Amino acid sequence: MDVLYFAWVRERIGLPKETVETNAATVMDLVEELRAREERYEAAFADLSALRVAVDQDLTEFDAPLEGAREVAFFPPMTGG
Amino acid sequence: MIVRVQDAAFDLGAEANAFAAGHSDMGALVTFTGIVRDLARGDLDRMVIEHYPGMTERALEKIAREAQERWGLGDVLVIHRYGDMAPGEQIMMVATLAPHRKDAFEAAEFLMDYLKSRAPFWKKEFTADGADWVESKAEDEDALTRW
Repeated sequence: MDVLYFAWVRERIGLPKETVETNAATVMDLVEELRAREERYEAAFADLSALRVAVDQDLTEFDAPLEGAREVAFFPPMTGG
Repeated sequence: MIVRVQDAAFDLGAEANAFAAGHSDMGALVTFTGIVRDLARGDLDRMVIEHYPGMTERALEKIAREAQERWGLGDVLVIHRYGDMAPGEQIMMVATLAPHRKDAFEAAEFLMDYLKSRAPFWKKEFTADGADWVESKAEDEDALTRW
């Protein structure tokens, strides 16, 4: 599964995209797996209320299922316009 | 519906004229343009806008489609830039065409409210002191509740 990071999440983790081997059932399970990896992931995912998530390019919630998902993206609240 | 996500600057007048051309049944054209605003201290060097290629276009098309479903519009145009911009540069524009002005105005406001917090763009401001990501505002999220 491709995992993408944008804005300060990308900066904190230190890369824009990576391929992750995972059996995570939900976004939250994936977050826990990433958090357990290294300090920089723990730092990026410290406050989930400051983060948004998209699965296959649709905005969703952290309890969303990941079955069949190809791409998950984490980013701060958007500031377009 | 026309949705464009681009690095390059755009010509507001030319875009609005081209968008409205050939719609003689539409009595109202509303445009809104977002501009890189200098900070209160007046020391903004530049702004960089990051986006999520693929999702950005999808999100903008979804918002534009919803506007078309809710109001009687002739057409909708959304142009949003990414990349490096100086204070005073135009970041984005929306335009709506409708038979009457009320629909055109309301749909343009709806597009802007949703685009601010539902399209995957992130702004970073650079000054001599460093760089900061622009934080979203609670009022931007609150603005969605009126639709």
